[in-house]
Amino acid sequence: MASEGPGRPPNQGEPVPEWLKAEGEACDVVLSTRVRLARNLREVPFAAKANKDQRRLSLDLCRDQLLIAGISPRIAWQELHEAAGVQRALLVERHVISKQLSKGRVGGAGVGGVDDPRGVAYSLPDERVAIMVNEEDHLRIQVIRSGLSLSQAWQQANDIDDRMEAGLAYAYSERFGYLTCCPTNVGTGLRMSAMLHLPALRLTGDIEKVKRAAGDMNLAVRGFYGEGSDAVGDLFQISNQTTLGRSEAAILESLEAQILPRVIEYERLARRDLVAKRRTMLEDHVWRAFGVLSNARFMTTEEAMQSLSLLRLGALLGVLPATPALDLRAINLLLLLIQPAHLQRAVGQELDQEQRRMARATLLRDRVRC
Amino acid sequence: MKCDLCERDATVREVTVRNGVRVERHLCERHAAEAGIKVTASQPAPGVPTPGGAGTQVRSSACPTCRTTFAEFKQHGLLGCAACYQFFEKQLAPLLERAHDGLSQHRGKAPARGGRPTPADSAVAEVEARSDLLKRLKSELERAVKAEQYERAAQVRDEIRRLCEGTEGQGEGCTGR
Repeated sequence: MASEGPGRPPNQGEPVPEWLKAEGEACDVVLSTRVRLARNLREVPFAAKANKDQRRLSLDLCRDQLLIAGISPRIAWQELHEAAGVQRALLVERHVISKQLSKGRVGGAGVGGVDDPRGVAYSLPDERVAIMVNEEDHLRIQVIRSGLSLSQAWQQANDIDDRMEAGLAYAYSERFGYLTCCPTNVGTGLRMSAMLHLPALRLTGDIEKVKRAAGDMNLAVRGFYGEGSDAVGDLFQISNQTTLGRSEAAILESLEAQILPRVIEYERLARRDLVAKRRTMLEDHVWRAFGVLSNARFMTTEEAMQSLSLLRLGALLGVLPATPALDLRAINLLLLLIQPAHLQRAVGQELDQEQRRMARATLLRDRVRC
Repeated sequence: MKCDLCERDATVREVTVRNGVRVERHLCERHAAEAGIKVTASQPAPGVPTPGGAGTQVRSSACPTCRTTFAEFKQHGLLGCAACYQFFEKQLAPLLERAHDGLSQHRGKAPARGGRPTPADSAVAEVEARSDLLKRLKSELERAVKAEQYERAAQVRDEIRRLCEGTEGQGEGCTGR
C-alpha cells in the first residue's frame, strides 16, 4: 500500500456522513438537503435569559425525552460542556453541531460559554439526525439527507418532533406558532435548505444572478458552514427565511418543487455549455486543480476546497478518468477530511497552522491520483 | 411629575449612566422626542421600551416572567421566554411582519394535536400550493408567448384552465388568461 501520510486508507474506517454520500436525486448538484426545527420548552427561560441551573434543567428534560423517544435505532449522546475542544470541532466539521453550540455562546446576547450545559444527540452511523440541546433554542432538530430529498427529511424531522413533543411541553402560541428565542425563527420554526455545488455558474459568472434571484424570493444564500460563513468550494446553502405565516407544506412546495429544480437546471445548463462551447477552458481549470492537489506541499483549507470543487466538476463532466479515487463520494469525503480538526485527528496530535497545511497537502497528494 | 425642562407632565424617565455616575431625568413627550427618545401611542408610557444611545439606558417595562426589557431585545434580537411574546405582542407584531414577508399569523403545525396538522391546515396548504403553481404557470405562459413558442404556450394555457376548473369558488384569481 502506498504511504498513507497522516490519513487512513481511502474511506476505510471513516464513516461517510449522510451529507457526503453522493446519493439521491440531483446529487450531481445537490450535496445534501437539510430540515431544521427550532423548539423551546414552555416553562424554562430561553437561552438568552437562562442561568446555569435553568440550562441544566432544559438539558436534562430534553435529553431524558430524546433518549426514550426512539428517534433512531442507534444514537450517540454527547454532553458538550464536558467534551474536548477538538471533539467539538470535529462535530462542527461534520455538520452535526453549529459553531455556536460548540462555543456555548448565545447569539448576540453575550451569555453562555464552553462550560454551560448543552449537548447533542445524533444517529449512528450515518449522522443523518442531530438534535442539539441548548443552542439558541432548547431544541434544534436537524435531519440531513443526501441529494434533493426535502420531503423525506421533513417527514423524518416531523416524526421526531412528534416524539419529542409527546414528553415535553413546547412554547407555542396560536398567533405566533412555535416560540423561538430569536423571532426570525418563530412560527413553524422550520428552516429547509439545500447545499448546492455550483461551480459552472461561478465559471460562467452567472452565480450573482442566482444570488439576486434568491434574495428577491426572500431566500437566504449562505456558505458551507451556514450563517455568517463564506461560500468556499462553490458550495452554497439556499434556505427559506420566512418561518411565520407560511405552513410547512407551503415552504416545502416552494423550495422543492419550484425554486431548487430551477437552480439545479440552471447549473446543469451552465455545465453543458462549458462542455459544448468552452471545453478547453474547462479542462484547463480541472487539470490545474488536479495538478495542485496532487503536487502541492502546503495547502490552505480554502485552496483545497476550491480545487476539490473543480475536481468534482471534472469528475462529473467526464474530464477526469473514472477511477475509484476520483469518484464523487471519494471527492466529497475529502471536503471533510481536509478540515482542521479531521486532519489533527488523523495524525493524532495538535497541529499548528503550518503543520496543518502540510498535513492537508500530504493527504491530498496521497488520495488525488488517476 | 413635571418635566425637568418645562411645565408639562413627564411621561418618560431617562436614566443615564456615564463613567459610573447615574443621572435621572424626567421628560415630557416633546422634550423626550428632542432628546432622541421616541414615544409612540402603541408603547405603554411611562415604561417606554425604547433603546437608548451609547451610555444611556431608558427604563422600560420588563416581561413579568423573565425580566427581559424591549430595549434588551432590540439590542441583541433575542427574547427571554415564551411569555415575552405575549407581553411584547404589540411591539413585536410589526417587526415580525417585516421579517416574515408581511405575515404575522402562524399557519401550520401545532403541538396540542400530537403534531398532526388539522384538516384546515391541510386545506390551507393545498390552496397555497395551487396558488403558487398558478402564478408559476402564468409567468411560464408569458415567457412562451414572448419566445413565440406557441405549442408550449397552448399546453400551459390548458394546464391553467384545468387548474382553474379545480379552484372555482376558492378565491384565487383565475382570470382565464
